[in-house]
Amino acid sequence: MTQFSHEKLLKLFLLFLAVSLLFSMKTFAEITVVYDADPVSLDPHEQLSGGTLQLSHMVFDPLVRHNQNLEIEPRLATSWTPTKSGALDIQLRKGVRFHSGREMTADDVIWTFKRIQTSTDFKGIFQPIKKIEKINAHQIRVITHKPYPLLLNILTYLFPMDSKFYSGKTANGKDKSLIIKHGDSFASQHTSGTGPYVITYREQGIRINFKRFQDYWDKQSVGNVQDIVLLPISENATRVASLLSGKVDFIAPVEPNDHSRIKRSSGLQLVTMPGTRIISIQMNQKQNAALKNKKVRQAINYAIDQATIVSKIMRGFATQATQMSPVLYLGHNPALEPRFDLDRARQLMLEAGYSKGLTLSMIAPNNRYINDEKIAEAIVNMLAKINITVDLRTMPKAQYWPEFDKCAGDLLMIGWHADTEDSANFFEFLQMTRDNKTGMGQYNCGHYSNPEVDDLVKRANSEMNPARRSSLLQQVEHILYKDAAFVPLHWQNLAWAAKDSLDIAPIVNAMNFPYFDQLKETAGAQ
Amino acid sequence: MKLFSLLLQRLTQATVVLFVISIIAFSVQNQLGDPLHERLALAVSEQERTLLREQIGLNDPFLVQYQRFLIRALHGDFGTSYFFKQPVTDVIMSKMPATVELVLLAGLLTFLLSVPSGMFCAIKPKNPLSHVMMGLSTLGISIPVFLTAIGLIYIFSIELQWLPSFGRGETTLIHNWETGLLTQNGLLHLILPCLTLTSIMLPLFLRLVRSEMIEVLHKDYVQFAWAQGLSAWTVWFRFGLRNTLLPLITVGGIQLGTFLAFTLLTETIFQWPGLGFLFLEAIERVDTPLITAYILFAGLLFVITNFIVDLLYLLADPTVHFSAKGTTCTSEPYA
Repeated sequence: MTQFSHEKLLKLFLLFLAVSLLFSMKTFAEITVVYDADPVSLDPHEQLSGGTLQLSHMVFDPLVRHNQNLEIEPRLATSWTPTKSGALDIQLRKGVRFHSGREMTADDVIWTFKRIQTSTDFKGIFQPIKKIEKINAHQIRVITHKPYPLLLNILTYLFPMDSKFYSGKTANGKDKSLIIKHGDSFASQHTSGTGPYVITYREQGIRINFKRFQDYWDKQSVGNVQDIVLLPISENATRVASLLSGKVDFIAPVEPNDHSRIKRSSGLQLVTMPGTRIISIQMNQKQNAALKNKKVRQAINYAIDQATIVSKIMRGFATQATQMSPVLYLGHNPALEPRFDLDRARQLMLEAGYSKGLTLSMIAPNNRYINDEKIAEAIVNMLAKINITVDLRTMPKAQYWPEFDKCAGDLLMIGWHADTEDSANFFEFLQMTRDNKTGMGQYNCGHYSNPEVDDLVKRANSEMNPARRSSLLQQVEHILYKDAAFVPLHWQNLAWAAKDSLDIAPIVNAMNFPYFDQLKETAGAQ
Repeated sequence: MKLFSLLLQRLTQATVVLFVISIIAFSVQNQLGDPLHERLALAVSEQERTLLREQIGLNDPFLVQYQRFLIRALHGDFGTSYFFKQPVTDVIMSKMPATVELVLLAGLLTFLLSVPSGMFCAIKPKNPLSHVMMGLSTLGISIPVFLTAIGLIYIFSIELQWLPSFGRGETTLIHNWETGLLTQNGLLHLILPCLTLTSIMLPLFLRLVRSEMIEVLHKDYVQFAWAQGLSAWTVWFRFGLRNTLLPLITVGGIQLGTFLAFTLLTETIFQWPGLGFLFLEAIERVDTPLITAYILFAGLLFVITNFIVDLLYLLADPTVHFSAKGTTCTSEPYA
């Protein structure tokens, strides 16, 4: 009797031990990610924005993507070879499944490309591609109108969609594949991609639930996070508070004011990185005759102290700029030096004939870029030192862009990020001669027009050799610098904060597309 | 009869008010910014923008757009939100429970706290407790609401880690009403926003109750009541409180309407998915259909709350008569 009950007791005890171990075992269950806004739509082609692309990287996979050094790494495209005719033959990865279970083939890639061509926001990026041909189920040929050096950069925006899932009609008789910007669409609420996470729940403005895709193709991935909850918190203080209170695991963006608080907190980490968004001031030559004078523009450049703006206003959370191209870009010209020199500025104003002074109007947004309003006010003060009186008007971005479209100021603030992660994009939109037909210089409110620059950019855009291309683009930066075509201020840095148990440093990058497929949560998580 | 004439009067008023509001809201629309800039990437070409503008009908002249709006409105269609892609009425309705729960709870708390304290301050003005309460109320009025909110978050979420700092938490859907009152999680999430709102409402009502009570206590009939030897509690409650409640209802009603429609700051800080947050984001996004509809909704809300207040007044004081202009006249009822 005693022996029997001992045995039973032992078995019960072992069972109890096993069960309790099971429950106490740390399952890398759910992490909560907080951004300042949730994606406006689940349709990857509806809007070209950071939020949409961040979502695309979670739910879909691109053919290729940039790593932290802005080098191209293969994803759904495993290799590529240029053909004799100047096209690019791309080998697609085999055995990749969509969330619906279907296998991805060349048909899906081509279907997605055709859909992109109907997207108001994305078609511009893909304009250089004439068509994509199917060679076989896992091989495609990409044909461009003319030799185009940035083809792979463009393909970082091609996230193959499940063509079968998005074909057919909805219950209301609407086409499932439609991209509807100002209406309701199937694709804006349903997804099937090849990406590491499947959306299991979405309530706009409230929450998105993601679950790790069990059939995800990337078996080499070190990522081990099974569930992600994405929450939007628009108020900066509240977002930081949520991390400090321990309720969430990862937040972005993190305002400079909050950095020291997070660094001081145990159990939390702050990761920062130089960004590629240039903040600059344009000088409207069309509206104000004085700005046509190169010496005046140079004087303005010499009077503005970017280093002080970075250290005092941005609190070190920016990188001083002497040109548009950030350090990692092909066109970055290392020879261009910062030029803050008040004496030289005054000298130039004297030579230009404006030593008595000059009045300029300025417009800037107050809720678009980090500290935009403060930067604008600092510039007013700096220019006052060389006798330039600046009438500053700041406004919310909703009102600012219509004003900017009209180029309604002598000095205008604008920040730009190159979709192609390449220098030419800056020049095309901001410095090339304005041309309504081709769309060049769409945001060139300086009305700067230099045929040499236009020519160099055009040549760079068909130069396939990276070294030669780099030299062409660097020449453009040099000319813009000499001509004082605009005033470069700085590149905004990026910041993310998370609990120490999340290894976020390897997954973030200058484009601000955290690659959650590679996110590792380590033991010791609370 | 009185009720019917009141109803008729208010209905005509409502229609006129809403009509005027709709014209104002519509004419302001163009100054709010360009809705397309929010929806299109900077890199999109001018041609595409112009095309989209045509499609949405933003290029049509004011009267054409207004006429289109009016005709649709009369059919119950107030437009589709550019951001939510749903009818604006649905969007507003879906966000309403969050704000209603928050504001009503804060209102209840305010009422329960302000009436006894206000009465006490009026009855025993020299008592040190009264001084403390009045001091706190001044503090409450002077401190901006976002400071209170952040302070509460700092103390209770970050330092003590007792309460959540954002969102509604777990909610339960009953028919179409999403409530946070039925789960512990939901209730916990309500605490900090509710306290924040109460911190603005309470000082106002405390002072209101106190000043009304003081005035009533000086009236002749109260002196007579004392002289008659009625107990203190009878004087304070049957005479004092009852007569104080009437102005309280009026002010309270209007305040409630204001808070229901415009609790922007508190909701933003707590990421509370209610009407105020909805409106603020709509403005930032230049979601014009939603903005116009919301302004109308706010107008309607005020008309309704005013009507309810008048009704309550009528119930509480049958001798009141409402002038044609909509003001109320009353004689001292309880003696």
